[in-house]
Amino acid sequence: MTSTAPQVGKQRRKNRGALGNTGLYVAVGVAALLFLIPFYLIFRNALSTDPEITGENWKLLPSFQWGNISELFDDPTVEFGRSMFNSLVVAVLTTLGTLLVCSLAGYGLARIPYKHANKVFYAVLATLMVPTAVTFVPSFVLVSSLGWVDTYRGLIIPGLFSGFTCFLFRQYFLGFPKELEEAARVDGLGYWGAYWRIVVPNSLNFFAAIATITFISAWNSFLWPLVIGQDPSSWTVQIALSSFMTNQTVNFHLIFMATAVSILPLVFVFLFLQRWLVQGIAQTGIKG
Amino acid sequence: MSTTTTRGVAQPAPAKVSKTRPRRGLRGNPTLNFWLFTGPFLFGLAIFVFVPIGWSVWLSFFDARYTVTPSHFTGFENYKQILTNSEFPDSLLTFTVFAAFIVPTTWALSLGLALLVNRLRFMRAFFRSVFFLPTAVSYVAAALIWKMSIFSGVRFGLANTVLGWFGVDNIAYLSNPSPPWYWLVIVSLRLWIQSGFYMILFLAALQNIPAELYEAAAIDGAKPGWQTFRHITLPQLRATSTAVILLLLVAAYQAFDEFFNIVGQKATWAQTPLMELYKTALGTSQDYGAGSAGAVILSLLICLVTLLQGKFMGFGRGEDK
Repeated sequence: MTSTAPQVGKQRRKNRGALGNTGLYVAVGVAALLFLIPFYLIFRNALSTDPEITGENWKLLPSFQWGNISELFDDPTVEFGRSMFNSLVVAVLTTLGTLLVCSLAGYGLARIPYKHANKVFYAVLATLMVPTAVTFVPSFVLVSSLGWVDTYRGLIIPGLFSGFTCFLFRQYFLGFPKELEEAARVDGLGYWGAYWRIVVPNSLNFFAAIATITFISAWNSFLWPLVIGQDPSSWTVQIALSSFMTNQTVNFHLIFMATAVSILPLVFVFLFLQRWLVQGIAQTGIKG
Repeated sequence: MSTTTTRGVAQPAPAKVSKTRPRRGLRGNPTLNFWLFTGPFLFGLAIFVFVPIGWSVWLSFFDARYTVTPSHFTGFENYKQILTNSEFPDSLLTFTVFAAFIVPTTWALSLGLALLVNRLRFMRAFFRSVFFLPTAVSYVAAALIWKMSIFSGVRFGLANTVLGWFGVDNIAYLSNPSPPWYWLVIVSLRLWIQSGFYMILFLAALQNIPAELYEAAAIDGAKPGWQTFRHITLPQLRATSTAVILLLLVAAYQAFDEFFNIVGQKATWAQTPLMELYKTALGTSQDYGAGSAGAVILSLLICLVTLLQGKFMGFGRGEDK
C-alpha cells in the first residue's frame, strides 16, 4: 500500500515507519527463507553422496559431486534421459498446439459475427464446469480405443482442447483494439489475414504468458501421463520421478539429482519469463 | 471462472460488419470464417471432452468390467456399488474436511504474502519471485522432497533433525495414520506450491484498489492497520477472494499427485477421490462402470460446492463494477 499511499502521508509514515519497516523486512525475509528451503534441499542432496544425505553428520553444504549428473544419465536401469526427452516433446508440442487451436477459436468467438456464436460459446463455457481430472476414465477408454496408449499422440492431442485457454483468449481478444483490425480489413485483408498479420504480432505478450502457463502445466502434469504411459519408454519425467519413490534400487543422490534436473528447466523458464507470467496471470481474467 | 473486471462480460461482442467495405467473396464471409477459426477447436472439444463426458455418464449405467462397450444395462447399480461397497464415500468425506482446511489456510497465507510484498519498497520483485517460484515445481518433485528429505521418519529428515535439537524424539510422519501427522506433510506441501500463485492474483487486485479510498478512510479517521484492512482492503478484494476460493475448492477435490506419491495407493488412509476412481477403473478390477459412476458423483459434488460457494460469497457480484 505504501506505493499507492498519498504523497502527504509519506513524511509522517517515514518517521513512524523505521521500526515497522525493519519488522516488515524481517517477516518477509523469514517467510522467503522458509519458501527457499525445499530448493536448497534438492540441490544440496543432488550434489551429495548417499552417506551425506542419510548420515548423522549433517553438513550445510554438500561435497559437490558433479559426477552425479552423468551417473544419472548413464544409469542403464533408469531411462531418465528418455523421459526428459519425452517431457520436452510433449510440453513443447502441447504448448504450440494449444496456442494455435485455442487462440484461433478464441478469436473466432470474440470477433467474427455469426448468429449462433453465442450458443457455441456457452457450449465451451459448459466444459469449464466439469473438472477435467474427473473425465480421465472415459478419456483413457477413448484414447486406448484409438490405439494411442504409449504414444505422443495420446499424451499430447487430448490436452490441446482446453476450454479454459480458449475462454482466456476470447476475453483477451474482446479487449484488443478493434480499430487496428478494421483498418487492415479496409485495406483488403480477410479475417485470416488480419488475424495473422495484425492481431497476432500485436499480442505477443499475451501469447507468451499463456505459453508459459501451458508449458509449465504440461511439464508438471502427472495423472494423464500416468494413465497413458504404460511402457517405461513413453514415461514423462514426472512418471519417472514417481517410479523412483517406489523403486528401491535407485540411490538417494540419484533421486535428488533427477528431481533437480526435472525442475531446473522450469525454474529458468520461470525466472526469464516472469514478467509475462505475472502480467499474464494478472490479466488473464482469473482475477475475478 | 469469471472475467476481468474491466474487460469482459459473458457475451460475445457481435462485431458489426463494416457497411462501407464491400464483401469480398469467401474471404469476407463471416459464417465460413467463424467455422474456419473455431472448427478445429470445436472438433477436438467434441471428441476429447464432450464424448468422454457423455461416455462416462452412459457407462455409469452399465455393467462394464474389463470392457468399455457394455451391453448389460444395470440402472443405478454402479452408483449403489461405489457408494456402499468401496472406500469412495470415505474419500469424499475426508476430502471435504481437507478442503475445509486447505482452502482457508491457503487463502490466508497467499493474502498475507500479498499484503507483505505489496508494502515493500525495496526488493519487491525479488521477494515476489521467491514466493512465486514454487509454482514451477511439480507436485511429484515436491512430494519427493517432502517424503524423502523434510519429513522422512528417520533422523536425517529435516523436520526430525530440527526437533532433535529440542530433544524431541523422531516422528514417523508417513508410516502411521495415528496420530495423523501425514496431514502436516501434505498440507505444508500444498501451501508451499499453491500460495505464490494466488499471491499474484491478490497482488494484482491490491494494486487496483484506488488510493483515494485510503485517503478518504484516513480523513474519516480510520486507523491504518486492522481498521483500514477490514473496511477498505478486504471488501475491495471480494471478487478476487471469491475466484481464489473457487479455484482452491476445485483443486482440493481434484487432489491426486502428491497423495499418490506420498501416501501411496497401498495405504488405507488419505485416499483421495481421484485415487479411488483410479483404483476402481484402472486397477485390477477394471470396473469402468463403477469408476464412471464415481466420476459423475464427484463432478456433481464439485458443481454443487461451486454453486453453494457462489450463493454464500455472491459469486460474480464483483464483476459489474
